Amino acid sequence: MARTLITVPETAKAGEIIEIKALVQHPMETGYRRSSDGDMLPRDLIRTFTCHFVVGPTAASAAEAGELVFAATFHAAVAANPYLSFNFRATASGTLVMVWNGDKGFAQRETVNLRVS
Amino acid sequence: MKRRIFLATSAGAVLSVLSRPVAAVAQSSVLTTLVNEYAAGGVVREGRVKFDIARLVDNGNSVPIEVTVDSPMTRQQHVVGIKIFNEKNPQNDVAQFTLSPQSGRARVATRIRLAATQQLVAVAKMNDGSCWTHTVEVLVTIASCVEE
Repeated sequence: MARTLITVPETAKAGEIIEIKALVQHPMETGYRRSSDGDMLPRDLIRTFTCHFVVGPTAASAAEAGELVFAATFHAAVAANPYLSFNFRATASGTLVMVWNGDKGFAQRETVNLRVS
Repeated sequence: MKRRIFLATSAGAVLSVLSRPVAAVAQSSVLTTLVNEYAAGGVVREGRVKFDIARLVDNGNSVPIEVTVDSPMTRQQHVVGIKIFNEKNPQNDVAQFTLSPQSGRARVATRIRLAATQQLVAVAKMNDGSCWTHTVEVLVTIASCVEE
């Protein structure tokens, strides 16, 4: 399991636009580099990131049933430990479900609760 | 020439230089092709997009970028996608982002790699199919290591 760092405000006012920051630990090996022995280092990238929003207090188990908030496709030109910052209009309390998928079966899923008053 | 006339005309000349819009970067043909491919027949225009990146990059391994698009982000009018291309890395694709009216603000920030001094372009696709671009030119002093 890779380490992640996600910053989301704990509470938001209805209609407020919040900033979501998400970082995941990953080398993002490009596949263009050689090791010190001269062998090509195989490509190992995170390919996709998605963030869904599931309305309701106990929605964390409800997989990716919610609405797509934001998605990203990465290529080799994205720096190691991919960092993303994007925005979200909070309208109701719920859970943000963030998923990273990549080469070598990389899969990481994180959930963050958001309380809207 | 009378002093007052000289002052008036020279002040005017200075003003006209200052108020001139920043010269747009002549987009490289590599990028134009990629942008048109992404637009898939939609109209491509310059503007509405702001591509924030340091003009002088000290370290190409991690370059912070931010793309903001001028859009109200309502159901009727919003940005559906943002794509970033580079000119001279081994691959021209950098990243693609999907946005929705739920985003509230058409903005995304991340960190990228740059292997050479080159041009970059950010393209925003609107829900009506039109595309808007901003091309920037950056000077990279230490390139992202393609070697070991």
